[in-house]
Amino acid sequence: MNLADHLPALQVIVPLMTAPLVILLRNGFLAWLGALLASLASFGLAILLTVAVLGAGVPEYAMGGWQPPFGISLNVDGLSALMLLLVTGASTLGLAGGRLSLRRDIDNRRAPMFYGAWLIALAGLCGIAVAGDAFNVFVFMEISSLATYILIAAGRDRRALSAVFKYLIIGTIGATFYLIGVGFIYMMTGTLNFADMALRLADVIETRPIIIAAGFITIGLALKAAVFPLHIWLPRAYTYAPNAVTVFIAACSTKVAIYVLLRFNYGVFHGNLLAHSDLFTVFIIPLALSGILLASAIAIYQGNIKKMLAFSSVAQIGYIALAAGLATHAGLMAAQLHMFNHALAKGTLFLCVLAFVLTTGSASFSNLAGIGRRMPWTMAAFVIAGLSLVGVPGTAGFVSKWYLIVAVMGMPGWGVPLVMAIILSSLLAVVYLWRFVELAYYGQPPDGDVSRMEVPLPLRTLIWSAALANIYFGLVPQLPLALAESGTTTLLGGLLP
Amino acid sequence: MNPSTLPLILLLPLVGAIAIALAGRWPNVRETISLLTAVTLAVLVFSWFPEVSEGLRPRFVLSEPLPGLSLAFSLEPLGMMFACIASFLWIINTIYSIGYMRGNNEKNQTRFYICFALAIAAAMGIALADNLFTLFLFYELLTLSTYPLVAHKGDAKTIASARVYLGVLLGTSIGLLLPAIIWTWVATGTTTFTLGGIVEGHIAGAAVGLLLGLFVFGIGKAAVMPVHRWLPAAMVAPTPVSALLHAVAVVKAGVFSITKIIIYIFGVDFLFNEPSAQWLQFAAAFTIITASIIALYQTNLKRMLAYSTIGQLSYVIMATVILKPMAEVGAAIHIAAHAFGKITLFFAAGAIYTAAHKTELWQLAGIGRRMPITMAAFTIGALSMIGVPPTAGFVSKWFILGGAFQAENYFAIFTIIASTVLNAMYFLPIIYFAWLAPPAPGVDMNHGEAPKAILLALAVTSTLTIVFFFFNQPLLDLESQLVESLPL
Repeated sequence: MNLADHLPALQVIVPLMTAPLVILLRNGFLAWLGALLASLASFGLAILLTVAVLGAGVPEYAMGGWQPPFGISLNVDGLSALMLLLVTGASTLGLAGGRLSLRRDIDNRRAPMFYGAWLIALAGLCGIAVAGDAFNVFVFMEISSLATYILIAAGRDRRALSAVFKYLIIGTIGATFYLIGVGFIYMMTGTLNFADMALRLADVIETRPIIIAAGFITIGLALKAAVFPLHIWLPRAYTYAPNAVTVFIAACSTKVAIYVLLRFNYGVFHGNLLAHSDLFTVFIIPLALSGILLASAIAIYQGNIKKMLAFSSVAQIGYIALAAGLATHAGLMAAQLHMFNHALAKGTLFLCVLAFVLTTGSASFSNLAGIGRRMPWTMAAFVIAGLSLVGVPGTAGFVSKWYLIVAVMGMPGWGVPLVMAIILSSLLAVVYLWRFVELAYYGQPPDGDVSRMEVPLPLRTLIWSAALANIYFGLVPQLPLALAESGTTTLLGGLLP
Repeated sequence: MNPSTLPLILLLPLVGAIAIALAGRWPNVRETISLLTAVTLAVLVFSWFPEVSEGLRPRFVLSEPLPGLSLAFSLEPLGMMFACIASFLWIINTIYSIGYMRGNNEKNQTRFYICFALAIAAAMGIALADNLFTLFLFYELLTLSTYPLVAHKGDAKTIASARVYLGVLLGTSIGLLLPAIIWTWVATGTTTFTLGGIVEGHIAGAAVGLLLGLFVFGIGKAAVMPVHRWLPAAMVAPTPVSALLHAVAVVKAGVFSITKIIIYIFGVDFLFNEPSAQWLQFAAAFTIITASIIALYQTNLKRMLAYSTIGQLSYVIMATVILKPMAEVGAAIHIAAHAFGKITLFFAAGAIYTAAHKTELWQLAGIGRRMPITMAAFTIGALSMIGVPPTAGFVSKWFILGGAFQAENYFAIFTIIASTVLNAMYFLPIIYFAWLAPPAPGVDMNHGEAPKAILLALAVTSTLTIVFFFFNQPLLDLESQLVESLPL
């Protein structure tokens, strides 16, 4: 075997092994540099894996040569590659854009520990995306969650402590539910490997433990994914985390939970449990719909830009959950595309917020009035990413919204009300975003000072690259489309037309 | 010419916008660039005119983001005409803007010229759109790029009005137009504009009327009542912007889109035989009459002109839904005729504001003696709105009425006649008082004519309004290609 065959393992090992090395560095800047390099390397690996998936495909990787179902296997398909791109991309964006902001937020002495935790979180999230069995998914989920709690609480804002405590409790409940479900399945089938599980479940279908397991797993993961109304941990955690951390976790952490949800529901249960897809649809769609509408409405009343974007995230997760709940080819395409596009838009938006806070010191609306005149470049990027969030044509958000509406229209009976809900929520998104845009361009700055002040050129370049990516993937969406197509094929496995 | 150069038409104003941004510090350079871009664009657009007149339909696909959904440009008679009008009037509007913005010492002039160039790029995109997706993209871009222009003043009242502007236009387009486009795509599998329409055979019965409704009210820029509120609200903008909204790009983009959708998506024949689509002519007639009556009651000059525009836009829609060849030609020509007349009226209103700071109708008594050139232009514009020969308005009205007679549509004929009477009722008194009445007591009459740049622009557009009456054959030839295939 040459090195290229080990890509799935390297994807986890590189950040995991760099983490202790980074902790050993006694200097904040060096630790940051080490973490950035490891994150960049992971991003490079994710790109290599994506190329491989779109080419000949990536063969199943058996850890240590132990063949599955007994050994640990790593699987990379289109969906995994999509997640890997998101996770490593978001991490790189957060680290590269966050140097100045993190230097201010994190005590220099503790910085190496912080960057170590960052890399562990990255390793955990990558691990979830490549793991081929349910238990390793749990392990990586815990690794990433514990590290994320540290990241969120690491800033100077003391309110983050209570926010992260809430997240810790709810996250643990979610993980426990998931573990209980996996335990039931293991009890009935004797296996943890996804592929093996899907085969062996056929013998024990419609038994009570399996049905209960499906319930536990779905709800546990919905908690982790912050599907409305299980989202209560999210707004405060996003708001009070250091800004660079928000860029990282807002773009990818909830989506990883949805990824596992898709794997389990479609890969494992869908083909075996007769009424499962109907139950799943009936369970998830009302929640998704209420999330789409209510969270968007709540976002309108926020006075803090980070909190507003956090509620917008809850609404956007609703879109993904809605699309995933449709249980159709078009629906799964829409869900995966929206994961990608929303990460792109939200990552850019939070990066802009990071820049705003870097120059003005606070994320409250009153403090950011008139910021559009003081930081025209950053604000213009914010508007572009905001348009992508709304789903204006020519931006990435339009592609997934188009797929979502087409998927929803294919649902006999409730196509029209669902389309109306999606449209209504898009309009609410216009309202909450424009509230800020108007304030930023036409509001009076608190101290009346309207002189120019921009963030340094490298950060501005990064922000603009991210904003332009939103346009690029709106006009040339072939890459996420191909990945989503490949992911959908594996998920459905020829089950659905 | 090579169709792959079509995107240049969009690229040029975009490059212009960037150059304007870079030259922001030097007003003279900035405005020279603005003017130069406008002239080059007009030359580029007009250079396509002969080819399209000969029946060629250049087409270029830029990219295809989703299967069956492409970013593509093409030129056909309607789009050719819209592009010509918008690019040509941009030159005149730029000259006027220079006079107006300097004369009134407006702030943030660089932003003004940048957004103006962006709006023109968006208008070109709408004119050249080869399918609904491309049209929608640039339609939204036009809304967004004109928002800073409407909100130019930046005070609380302006912001509130600009919010109405943006809210109505974005709300209707996302809430109604987008579902209409998706519905069309799902039902027919394409969104490409095709002569004869694409809907026939895919959607039938009452659904056609509903789809038409989604399109008509989704295109809020056409200001069919009740989605007209944004237009009077946008009157807070500086006058060159009002001219842009009313004559050059925005409302024209609205009626252009509806006309294009009726001809190329529904198909004239198909819609003529579809009873569920007949409601539109009643909606248009209602808008024409109601807007004219509201205009009668206005005391502010610009607001009166705004309601006049709302009525005139529905002329185009009414003419389109008469669904007879002459009326379709009339609809197309009315877009041009109204553009020349209305831009003259707004330029005149702006000239009066710049020179005399007058905005209300009662202040205008006797102003003709102080500002003869301005008021002469205003008179020509007003006569064109009424449709008196020899002005542009007469030509289009002739064709629209001709089409109505072809269709034996007496409802349309009655509406047009009634509206002509109403138009005369609110324009003629102004003309009379401005020229013949003594000034109202307490009104300051110590002012002269507006700055030269403004007068130059006014002279050009008012002359054009008259020239168009005598010299309109190339445009008629071009637009009659729209309906060549139709039986009389």
